[in-house]
Amino acid sequence: MQRMRFRNHLAAAAAGLIALTSASVAGAQQDPIRIGEINSYTGPLASFTVPYRNGWQLAVEEVNARGGVLGRSLEVISRDDGAKPADAVKFAEELVRREKVDLLAGTFLSHIGLAVADFAKRSKVLFVASEPLSDAIVWAKGNDYTFRLRPSTYMQAAMLAEEAAKLPARRWATVAPNYEYGQSAVKAFQDVLKALRPDVEFVEQQWPALFKLDAGATVQALAQAKPDAIYNVTFSIDLAKFVREGQLRGLFKDRDVVSLLTGEPEYLDPLKGEAPEGWIVTGYPWQGIDDPAHKAFLDAYTKRFDDYPRAGSIVGYNTILTIAAMLEKAGSTDTDAMVAAMKNLELDTPFGAITYRALDHQSTMGAYVGRTAKVDGKGVMVDFRYADGADYLPDDATVRKLRPAN
Amino acid sequence: MSFIVVQAITGLASAASLFLIAVGLSIVFGVTRVVNFAHGSLYMLGAYLAYSLSTAIGDSFLGYLAAMLAAAIIVGGLGAVMETGLLRRIYRAPELFQLLATFGVVLIVQDLTRLLWGVDDLFAARMPGLDGSVMLLGHAVPAYDFFLIAVAFLVLGGLWLTFHRTRFGVLVRAATEDREMVAALGIDQRWLFTGVFVLGATLAGLGGALQIPRQAASLSMDLNIIVDAFVVVVIGGMGSIIGAFVAAVLISELLAFGVVIFPEITLVLIFLVMAVTLVLKPSGLFGRPEFTTAEDRRNPDPPLRTGGLGRVFWWGIAAVGIVVPMLAGEFTVVVLTEIVILALFAVSLHFLIWGGGLISFGHAAYFGLGAYGSGLAVFHLSLGMAPALLLAPVAGAAGAILFGWFCVRLSGIYMAMLTLAFAQIAWSAAFQWIGFTGGDNGILGVWPSEWAADPLAFYYLAFIVCAAVIWGLRHAVFSPFGYTLRATRDSSLRAASIGIDVTRHRWLAFTLAGAAAGVAGGFFAFAKGSVFPEVLFVSTSVDGLVMVLLGGMQALAGPVLGAIAFTGIETELTRLTELWQLALGLLIVLLVVVLPNGLAGLSALLRRGTP
Repeated sequence: MQRMRFRNHLAAAAAGLIALTSASVAGAQQDPIRIGEINSYTGPLASFTVPYRNGWQLAVEEVNARGGVLGRSLEVISRDDGAKPADAVKFAEELVRREKVDLLAGTFLSHIGLAVADFAKRSKVLFVASEPLSDAIVWAKGNDYTFRLRPSTYMQAAMLAEEAAKLPARRWATVAPNYEYGQSAVKAFQDVLKALRPDVEFVEQQWPALFKLDAGATVQALAQAKPDAIYNVTFSIDLAKFVREGQLRGLFKDRDVVSLLTGEPEYLDPLKGEAPEGWIVTGYPWQGIDDPAHKAFLDAYTKRFDDYPRAGSIVGYNTILTIAAMLEKAGSTDTDAMVAAMKNLELDTPFGAITYRALDHQSTMGAYVGRTAKVDGKGVMVDFRYADGADYLPDDATVRKLRPAN
Repeated sequence: MSFIVVQAITGLASAASLFLIAVGLSIVFGVTRVVNFAHGSLYMLGAYLAYSLSTAIGDSFLGYLAAMLAAAIIVGGLGAVMETGLLRRIYRAPELFQLLATFGVVLIVQDLTRLLWGVDDLFAARMPGLDGSVMLLGHAVPAYDFFLIAVAFLVLGGLWLTFHRTRFGVLVRAATEDREMVAALGIDQRWLFTGVFVLGATLAGLGGALQIPRQAASLSMDLNIIVDAFVVVVIGGMGSIIGAFVAAVLISELLAFGVVIFPEITLVLIFLVMAVTLVLKPSGLFGRPEFTTAEDRRNPDPPLRTGGLGRVFWWGIAAVGIVVPMLAGEFTVVVLTEIVILALFAVSLHFLIWGGGLISFGHAAYFGLGAYGSGLAVFHLSLGMAPALLLAPVAGAAGAILFGWFCVRLSGIYMAMLTLAFAQIAWSAAFQWIGFTGGDNGILGVWPSEWAADPLAFYYLAFIVCAAVIWGLRHAVFSPFGYTLRATRDSSLRAASIGIDVTRHRWLAFTLAGAAAGVAGGFFAFAKGSVFPEVLFVSTSVDGLVMVLLGGMQALAGPVLGAIAFTGIETELTRLTELWQLALGLLIVLLVVVLPNGLAGLSALLRRGTP
């Protein structure tokens, strides 16, 4: 009996040792790379951030199905900042200090992006700002730890200004929400257009409060100035009001309209049958893109979520692709190595190849520029082309002056 | 010339919308004195219901109209549920407590709407029969605008008839004037209140339903409209239907022509108008001054007692505050820092509301001024943390001295709204003055100095200073100044008759509270590393109010408890579930029903078994 007991003990010990070693080996392999993600999943812009979340979830699943990165899987720990910068900073603290993430990503509203970028600089953590549009994130308030994916306000306004310059219109009116995004969008558009067409003049500017547009009064004021064309920066519920009132009051009759972000499904689809026709817009014509890389993404997304992708979906997807490519290039999760790897990082996305410029940490992801039209009672983009972000940035000398010297 | 006429008609249509939304709020407040924060939520539900119904049956003019009316009636029913289920239980609670309950309802409705209708904006089809425009003096005016104006006049007329020709209306007007007398005359107040609330809710729902041909139903509708509705009601005078109409017309026309002359004015116009109106006519255009005799009849609060459970609480909290951070993880320390800062903010607000009887809906102004004071000192003057923090209370006090001079001359809800007006004006100044404040991109890089860079070190700094200021305010409460202040709160007439300068004492209290809030704001700036206009916005003021009410008005420990509970719960819930607003709202509603005296009432509940 003693011998049998000893043998049992030995067997148990051996089994335990095997289990322990295999667990530790497996543990070393399965210790995931942790990405801390912060975004506004509740609040007025949830229609943008929910598809965005779908996008990054899909990308994480695909990357992990391929075996992960550096032999480890990706794990995203996501927090909702409720559209409040104070909460975003609080959760950034939590992700870095308690959850011990390897890097931060996300944010949507520009001021939240700026707050988290400043926190990243202070805490020396890499921050991949996926969606915020403000130029300040990579220029006026740029720092070494922050990189931004989405084409900025300046870039998209420049894309539209290029199209606007081809129009015969000389007298322009602008309508933009009264906060930094609206102000930058108008300024960038004015600067680029005036450089291309010095004969252009801006006869009227409307600045409605964000989400509180008084559509009738604003449309009437715009019409009163008798512009040849209109540059629109309003979006979401303001856009819907603006389109309906404008059409009822004949604002768009015989006038060209150039409109920022309106071609994105998040903003075009709610308009349904009321969608404007012939507007020149930036956006995401998911139905019509021919590129095989995009078709693969479209199929995977539709199968996974039983819904079509939105502009936010591409941004979320590309964010994870960026991080995966960066980790492959860096070879480790050491922050300095990751930051160095982000500079001049090249990767393929459903939009084609993009690069993260070492000069200002801005990616060259572009947007589609085209015209709106109505098909089957819904708004779509037609006659579109892909505008590569790299072509719509100012020259290097100008950019160097815009970024703080550090 | 034709442009002026057409713009005036456009303004009138906007006024019609605004009137329909605001009049329900005015009636409800006039009778029940409940500050119904959830009015915006009812408006939003009206819009969403009308969207769904109109999509189903709105193919013809009558179908669409029926959809809108049905939506309004359903919302009225929901109002009845809300009143009988929730508000009825808390009418006897201290004045502002109902505000907390309605705040909980706002959170619940927000998440339920999101669950039922999703996150996308829902844009209804135009109203059949009124989907085109009418040519007027060479301009195209939407036909629906005329319909809206007609409906507004119909509602105005209908309400006037109701209030002047029906028994119900007579009772409503009587209750608006003197609630206690109506009860003394044997009228069953409960059904009167329910009836008024249903009427207000139906009007809110109708206002929302009538919006859908013009704008998309979205989840931000409730918060976007509620402040504007309050402003209209206050400018017109609480409880006055004519007042609501005149105020709506005034504001809409000013906006309609303002966008032509000075487009950026849209941000701040309604608050400027409200501030000017309240300074010139303290009860609004058509409002009646709140009778001061009423407050004389009010029983003063029982005299403050020290010792007992209170002493245990204060020493306990101090011990926890000193010991726990040393043992806890870094993130817990960060959350505790935020709690300490917000506790000071809540205490300063409580000092004002309970200690001075001065209700403030705009206390964030001084919190924000403190934050901006520190932030601007760091950004423009490159000051270190210590001198910047010293500037914070100065900034808060300066704002309080300036705004307070106007505010303390008003009373009740009008004072509350004037404080809000000033806070919103400060907010829009911070928002627009991009060169100085950085606009909505804020001020970045406001981080603590090297010696306080470690979260634990910064926590202890914040804890020591905030605890000292809280102790200072508590000391003020028990000082002769505090007793005099409470005398002016309980009966300003009696206090004045024995020679107390009521206005001066209130002004001083306002300044003190403002300075304390400024200290909190300064620390907040360094805790977050940045300052954004949000610190001045109404949402921050509302958070402060919720903390004070949650903790309970009657105890000095209340605001501290409220700050701990609110911050802790919100942080944890946000991490746990996406439906955190629903959870938080339910928690608040439950708390309100079970503990009408707030968390601090828990001790009484435990001791005696009754709240």
